[in-house]
Amino acid sequence: MHAIITVVGRDTVGILAKVSALCAKHNVNILEVTQSILQDMFCMIMLADVSACNVPFTALADEAEALGKELGLSINAMHEDIFNSMHRI
Amino acid sequence: MINTHDILETINMIREENLDIRTITMGISLLSCADSDIHASCGKLYEKICRRAEHLVETGENIEREYGIPIIHKRIAVTPISMLVAASGGDPVLYAKTLEKAAQTVGVNFIGGYSALVHKGFAAGDEALIESIPEALAETEHICSSVNIGSTKAGINMDAVATMGKIVRRAAECTADKGCIGPAKLVVFCNAPEDNPFMAGAFHGAGEPDCVINVGVSGPGVVRAALQKIPNGNITDVADTVKKTAFKITRVGQLVAKEAAKRLDVPFGIVDLSLAPTPAVGDSVAYILEEMGLEQCGAHGTTACLALLNDAVKKGGVMASSHVGGLSGAFIPVSEDAGMIAAAQNGTLTLEKLEAMTAVCSVGLDMIIIPGDTSAEIISGIIADEAAIGMVNSKTTAVRVIPAIGKNVGDTLHFGGLLGYGPVMHVNPASPAKFIGRGGRIPAPIQSLKN
Repeated sequence: MHAIITVVGRDTVGILAKVSALCAKHNVNILEVTQSILQDMFCMIMLADVSACNVPFTALADEAEALGKELGLSINAMHEDIFNSMHRI
Repeated sequence: MINTHDILETINMIREENLDIRTITMGISLLSCADSDIHASCGKLYEKICRRAEHLVETGENIEREYGIPIIHKRIAVTPISMLVAASGGDPVLYAKTLEKAAQTVGVNFIGGYSALVHKGFAAGDEALIESIPEALAETEHICSSVNIGSTKAGINMDAVATMGKIVRRAAECTADKGCIGPAKLVVFCNAPEDNPFMAGAFHGAGEPDCVINVGVSGPGVVRAALQKIPNGNITDVADTVKKTAFKITRVGQLVAKEAAKRLDVPFGIVDLSLAPTPAVGDSVAYILEEMGLEQCGAHGTTACLALLNDAVKKGGVMASSHVGGLSGAFIPVSEDAGMIAAAQNGTLTLEKLEAMTAVCSVGLDMIIIPGDTSAEIISGIIADEAAIGMVNSKTTAVRVIPAIGKNVGDTLHFGGLLGYGPVMHVNPASPAKFIGRGGRIPAPIQSLKN
């Protein structure tokens, strides 16, 4: 299963490092990363393979959200299918 | 990978614009539970609901967290209980209490189906069930009731219309100490759909499979936000924008419905493409109409805006789902919509305007608070008018009005939660008592002869 991890907020040092460290800790393989500044906001999107994740995906999503709170950012980890179904026919 | 803009759009819809799946509703047939002994029947009913819906709430919560989309309600719709009463006899309230126990065991927040279908006349069990509705709603918390009193094919059962006026009043009187909550859980239908996942009118029709998953989507806030981006677009642009947005919303509903059906090993039934408001600011259908250019919902032009909205929602949604059903369109429940509440409070939105709007919305007069001294005959008159609109236009219409016992125009009634609050609205006091007292049946209209 693939997941999309999004990070939106004010740019600071080490965001990418901390999010990828979380992925590595749970054996989540990052497949693709895009990063940009949109409407003055830092915005990073990761496509990750979570099929070998060592915790249930919902636990990973909770941890990502908590990390976001800690860093003052909005971090979401969501199943890729919700984006595919909404934007692809 | 999908582009950044699309990903952020989806996240923004969920986080900022209140996009949610309003309900996953499991339809369960109780025909196999019918027994000539009411206690045996209740025992089988309880066992079947608990077995079928054992994992419903948990599955809904897991999908919610994995996909990051809130799923507000997990609910159950059952076979109209009047059909079980027909076999068992006895006091129907026993069924209501058993359903209540089952709702608490499986953790759903409503079970719909304390219902009777009497559009052409009363069969065994129907009258007993209808008579028991006020008591059943007063003695339970999680049970919803509905009665279908008319259809395009059958006409309108005016005896049932007369009875339902009295039942709505009694339901309010029996719950006067609980904010008159009884009639907020009671819908009087014309052309009731058998697969509607939304409460209070959900029941599991006789033509449905043994068990099925139906999903109701929502998202008025998303539609309004999309329209805010085209402040100077013409009405064709408005319709196209609503269509595109409805498509996206419905795709999420389809995804959740299929996933829930797969995990619960139950067939997927339908997605109901409805814009269902909540009292939360930013989750209002009235605000969409105002975004189209009305000073306030209820102004002249409202019916036209609503017709456009209702049609565009269906056109956008229908391609996004493999099976569309239920009510599908825009709901206009007054007490559950911040914009409608405001418009009713300052008198822009009247009962007469709402009646006109129901000719083009997806259901009917919904969550309207009326003076506590409104007579049963006047309530029956409201029901008859609404049913006539549904019958002639081959659409579902419904009446869910709440007589606010002890209150009058200018007062406010609070239900709490998603049922919201609202002002007591003015009702035309002229009496239709003689018309209602005649009884009989309004013949099916010429539109019914399509064969």
